Amino acid sequence: MDNFTVGVVVFPGSNCDRDVSWALEGCLDIRTKYLWHESSDLNDVDAIVLPGGFSYGDYLRCGAIARFSPLINALDDFVKSGKRVLGICNGFQILTESGFLPGALTSNKNLNFICDDVELDIVSSKGGWFDNKNEKQTIKLPIAHGEGRYHCDSDTLKKLVDNELIALRYKSNPNGSSFDIAGITNEQGNVLGLMPHPERACDEVIGGTDGLFTLKSLIMK
Amino acid sequence: MDQFAVKVFVRLRPSVLDPAGEATKSASIKLGAEGIKSLRIGKMIELKIEGNDENQVREKIDLLCSRLFANTVIEDYEYSLEKL
Repeated sequence: MDNFTVGVVVFPGSNCDRDVSWALEGCLDIRTKYLWHESSDLNDVDAIVLPGGFSYGDYLRCGAIARFSPLINALDDFVKSGKRVLGICNGFQILTESGFLPGALTSNKNLNFICDDVELDIVSSKGGWFDNKNEKQTIKLPIAHGEGRYHCDSDTLKKLVDNELIALRYKSNPNGSSFDIAGITNEQGNVLGLMPHPERACDEVIGGTDGLFTLKSLIMK
Repeated sequence: MDQFAVKVFVRLRPSVLDPAGEATKSASIKLGAEGIKSLRIGKMIELKIEGNDENQVREKIDLLCSRLFANTVIEDYEYSLEKL
């Protein structure tokens, strides 16, 4: 799609914004535009990525302060219009802090910062984020986080399971997440939050291409 | 205009694992402190706020706590308030 543009949000402390832009433009030929978090104008972007990093230095809690930026405030209408939002790592934390996704992300069970490639089971293709044609049910993506443990109460977990909102589960849980959850969607399916980094799995020279399909999904309607 | 001193205590909900607390408990035992059955870490936030009416101030503090100081998915909060 010639004019389709993905907005990549930049907060003070974001550090994976360039990775996302590189993956989308360099590997998928999808146009990107950086969006400074103080902007609330989302009119010329068709999908949004909240990249990984340490927005506001993770002060107070990861994503706690970023959620009050003008851009996040403007996201409500964007999401309601059905457009896609992808939150990766810190982006996922921001989506939970702002209430677009349920639950919370907190410190890893073993307290270590984990930097690894992990195998993930595709559990649901709600929203088409992982609805790949090859019928591949297990993918491998890098993770890089210290606060990636997904936590929710049992009522929320039941809702996630019943409504097929769990997108990805760890095959071998690295951080203690409830129900081995690595990624979830909202009920409409147009918002995905995940702790693994698909933008770091888009080229064989850096270890694999299992992240391509999810990023390509941003251009789906 | 009155001034109030507020102390907010934020702690993890009982059902939420506290690995930092567990690590600190291990360190406490290495220090020779015996008998520690459990240890959990929270945070304390102190602020001074102006207001004409204690109830209005309490409303503001509740807003700050529930929407910023604590993530109520994983944290509980309580606070004390003292007129200066």
